[in-house]
Amino acid sequence: MPFEQLLQYIFSGITNGSIYAIVAIGFNIIYNTTGIINFAQGEFLMLGGMTAITLSAFLPLPVAILAAVIITSFIGALIDFIFIRRLKNPSVLNMVIITIGLSILIREIALHVWDEKVRSLPYFTGSEVTSINIMGAYISPQVLWVLGVSAVIVALLGTFFRFTVTGRSMRACASNMTAARLCGINTRNMVTISFMLSAAIGALAGCVVSPITQTQYDCGTSLAIKGFTVAILGGLGNSTGAVIGGIIIGLLEAFSISVMPLAYKDAIAIAVLLLILFVRPSGLFGKKEAAGLKEF
Amino acid sequence: MSVKKYIPVAVLVAGVVLFQVACSFLGREYYLTQLTMASYYSLVILGLTVLMGYTGQISLGHAAFFAIGGYTSAVLTTVDLSAAAGSTALKAAVAAGLAAASKNAYGAETLIISPWAALVAAVCITIVIAFLIGIPILKLKGHYLAMATLGFGIIVYRIVLGARIFGEADGISDLPPFRIAGGLAVCGDPARRVENFYIAAVLVVAGVVLLMHLVDSRVGRALRSIHGSEEAASAMGVDTARYKLFVFVLSAVFACVAGVFLTHFNGGIGPSEAETMKSVSYVAIVAVGGMANLWGALVMGVLLNYLSLRGYFGSYDEFVFGGILIAIMMFMPEGLLRVELLRDLAGMPARIRKMIGSKNEG
Repeated sequence: MPFEQLLQYIFSGITNGSIYAIVAIGFNIIYNTTGIINFAQGEFLMLGGMTAITLSAFLPLPVAILAAVIITSFIGALIDFIFIRRLKNPSVLNMVIITIGLSILIREIALHVWDEKVRSLPYFTGSEVTSINIMGAYISPQVLWVLGVSAVIVALLGTFFRFTVTGRSMRACASNMTAARLCGINTRNMVTISFMLSAAIGALAGCVVSPITQTQYDCGTSLAIKGFTVAILGGLGNSTGAVIGGIIIGLLEAFSISVMPLAYKDAIAIAVLLLILFVRPSGLFGKKEAAGLKEF
Repeated sequence: MSVKKYIPVAVLVAGVVLFQVACSFLGREYYLTQLTMASYYSLVILGLTVLMGYTGQISLGHAAFFAIGGYTSAVLTTVDLSAAAGSTALKAAVAAGLAAASKNAYGAETLIISPWAALVAAVCITIVIAFLIGIPILKLKGHYLAMATLGFGIIVYRIVLGARIFGEADGISDLPPFRIAGGLAVCGDPARRVENFYIAAVLVVAGVVLLMHLVDSRVGRALRSIHGSEEAASAMGVDTARYKLFVFVLSAVFACVAGVFLTHFNGGIGPSEAETMKSVSYVAIVAVGGMANLWGALVMGVLLNYLSLRGYFGSYDEFVFGGILIAIMMFMPEGLLRVELLRDLAGMPARIRKMIGSKNEG
């Protein structure tokens, strides 16, 4: 394989991988405060993308994206208020089924609101044909946007969880819910915030990738599964692991195209997922003991 | 098992016969077509009920086993072997009844693998796949089990959608009728609606009786103990891994058989049968049926599939199943048609009488 082609694959892998990482971080935020895997995480990306596309018709692009992120995070809060808060001692099976039901509902509502057309936001800078030459590989400026936004999200989240009271309270919930409550942390509100944060991050990611991958009412599902794979690969709840896992899966997928038909691209990530689950459910960077303590 | 246990079976059989007679009498036999399809789907649901409701193991990939059954049968029975008709192996196969002469959609003579042989092959393949995938998958719990079964379902969906042999997005069509015995055949011919309805009904009754016995046996009690607490069951000496695997394979076989028959009835199969949404709707129906309630699952399986197939939900089909899932899990996490709930309802008249009686006395 010539060097330029190799580089091209690497760029495409890292781009997709950073999106998967953001989805995985969305999973992690909710998982850490509630112990729930939110199967509707992919739908946040779709909602963010779709809302921004609709709003961008009569608002400048940055404002439309900001509005879409805010609207989606409110939807996240609404989901918590209407569904999650009302549950008393739900079993894992119940939570899985509810969030799957939610993802179906959101998808179907989106289908009836926006129909089944494939849409996309305009490129943030330049157009479809603009490209930047990096050492012989050609990439779209949007790819740089994706990478930049992902990096900023990861950095901001790191700061948030380390240096703000809210962020620290959420981490307290993650390590021990009862102890956090005894320290005077309103754990219910932390759950709401985690849903809002996770929805906002998903919506932002949905906007940034929209020009490259297009947005459709059902585009969330496959992203959610990739994101989950990445979250497991990196160790559930571990954000650094998510970034590394995302890039690994992204690169694997990118190189799989050169040896296998495109139709099986999605199957690669899932095969990796099954393999990890069978061999090392705690993930690459998760601690074995920690995985044993939590109820899966 | 006492005779009393068979009362619901008798009611079911009577209901089947009554419905057919009523439909034929009113000249509405076309209702039977969707009811036949709904019956095959409820076969999948019956199997899943034992896995999910009684044993407590979720599977979001049962549409995959349905598709494995349907596609195996479809591929085997549509391959024309007449080019190789001279070979001794094939002659032996014809003599053994494994292959038979048939006509394709254009009326040309073809030599195909007999649907009976295809059914056996489909069941064997399903058992092997379910066994191999079941060993590692059933070690997982909760989210991980859900995701792993979901992942398995998606891989199967991707394969049938992407592989030339499975007809890619078009699926496989023009299946020959499945001759069961004599003139009896599973096919979509409108003139054979009634007999096909009865074939499906017999399968469902057989399935439900089989599972009834299973649930009421030593195995059934072991399964319920796994649902209650796997650790406790294991401590009591129940080989949890073996029982879980057994139920997983059994429910996969139910889905596979349903797939084979429905594919012959429809005359074809497409990748949509392997979609995740199909698996999710099976789970939804098991939940509505009361989780650990075979009869509830059967009633809801036939009813909801029938309504969905007749298009009563219009473009809100998936919405309905998603809504059902959420509503049941939020308000009745034990399922709608729970056995205890029904028993409560059945005891209601007696209790009311008692209440009135005690009031009069007071």
